[in-house]
Amino acid sequence: METVDARGLSCPQPVLMTVDALKKTSADRMLVLVDTAASKENVSRAVSSNGWTVADITPEGETYRIEIHKG
Amino acid sequence: MKNIFATRSGIIGVGAFIGVMAALLQFWGNPGNMGICVACFVRDITGALGLHRASVVQYVRPEIIGLVIGSLAAALVFKEFRPRGGSAPIVRFVLGAFAMIGALVFLGCPWRAMLRLAGGDGNAIFGLLGLVAGIWIGTRFLKAGYNLGRTRVYSTTAGWVMPALAAGLFLLLLIFPRTEGQEQSGVLFYSLKGPGAMNAPIAVSLIIGLIIGFLAQRSRFCTMGAFRDLILFKQVHLFSGVVALIVFAFTTNLIVKQFHPGFAGQPVAHVLHLWNALGMVLAGLAFALAGGCPGRQLFLSGEGDTDAGIFVVGMVAGAAFAHNFGLASSPAGIGPHGMAAVVIGLIVCGAIGFTMKQK
Repeated sequence: METVDARGLSCPQPVLMTVDALKKTSADRMLVLVDTAASKENVSRAVSSNGWTVADITPEGETYRIEIHKG
Repeated sequence: MKNIFATRSGIIGVGAFIGVMAALLQFWGNPGNMGICVACFVRDITGALGLHRASVVQYVRPEIIGLVIGSLAAALVFKEFRPRGGSAPIVRFVLGAFAMIGALVFLGCPWRAMLRLAGGDGNAIFGLLGLVAGIWIGTRFLKAGYNLGRTRVYSTTAGWVMPALAAGLFLLLLIFPRTEGQEQSGVLFYSLKGPGAMNAPIAVSLIIGLIIGFLAQRSRFCTMGAFRDLILFKQVHLFSGVVALIVFAFTTNLIVKQFHPGFAGQPVAHVLHLWNALGMVLAGLAFALAGGCPGRQLFLSGEGDTDAGIFVVGMVAGAAFAHNFGLASSPAGIGPHGMAAVVIGLIVCGAIGFTMKQK
């Protein structure tokens, strides 16, 4: 699955990278990796306002795996 | 667990709480339109430690200590305490220093710009316009790929340094309290007149700071992010928080009769519109490049972000330079070298914005 790795980056970079990837991709599923709760919330908010949906968020060690899909 | 403070009503509630409490802190003794000003209060702490010797702005402000420790508490309770750092620390130090210098040319951080507006100080309008312009420039850099690089995970001790420093400052305040008529008490300096001599009771200041720190860590309240997200993503989430701050501070000011509209004679303010604006252009740009307003940097310091901690230490250095070198403004106008400092700051921040790009 296409993955945006925004771990270690602070806002607004994770959001900028995610929104950028959403615009470029032809896929309808994507994985975003972040490592702070603030980034998790910001990315989720941005994903929703760009017509995508957050399917699942799983914490994995220091990382949050955010699975998103189109529509 | 869902974070209710990160919802729209959550951020509005937090902004409203800060607005009401800031106005009340002023009512209870803090300086005019300065219920809470992160830049001014860090500057006062710098003076209390003798790192600058501007005698009218020396006091260990318990609010600042509360903001850091309150954020630490929230981060620990909700398991968000993450010691981290290594994202261009020296650059963040410089950004912190120039952010402070810009804020002291205007005479206030974004929080105070909003509180000044809510108190009727028309000069704040120029400061806020400058702030938005500075943040707008920052968003152009962000769009062009500006980036300070990734952080990495640090050991727990590193994350505790800033909260420990804050706690240490509070200890000093307790050990060496203000002595009537004395400028010095042990190792600390106090103001006998001016804004540094005006303060709400210590316990009140500390408790309000703690609560705001706790709430702001949960809600990610940020006055720079408010405008940045609006410009970059047309997103009003954080912006609704700062609107709430202004509206509720204004309303509280009306109720306690602290609203005095006008331009001349406003508390701790000058009427040089161009420099009110340009000071905040510099501050806004530095905040945008560093990823947070001074308040947000304190909250991040509390949750273990040592890069934000370096920004705060940079603010302390900036405050020292601002007063030792005559860069800071006063109600009489800008300092003798304020103009030069703003120009140099804009050049330095511009160079950082143009050149710092990392994958």
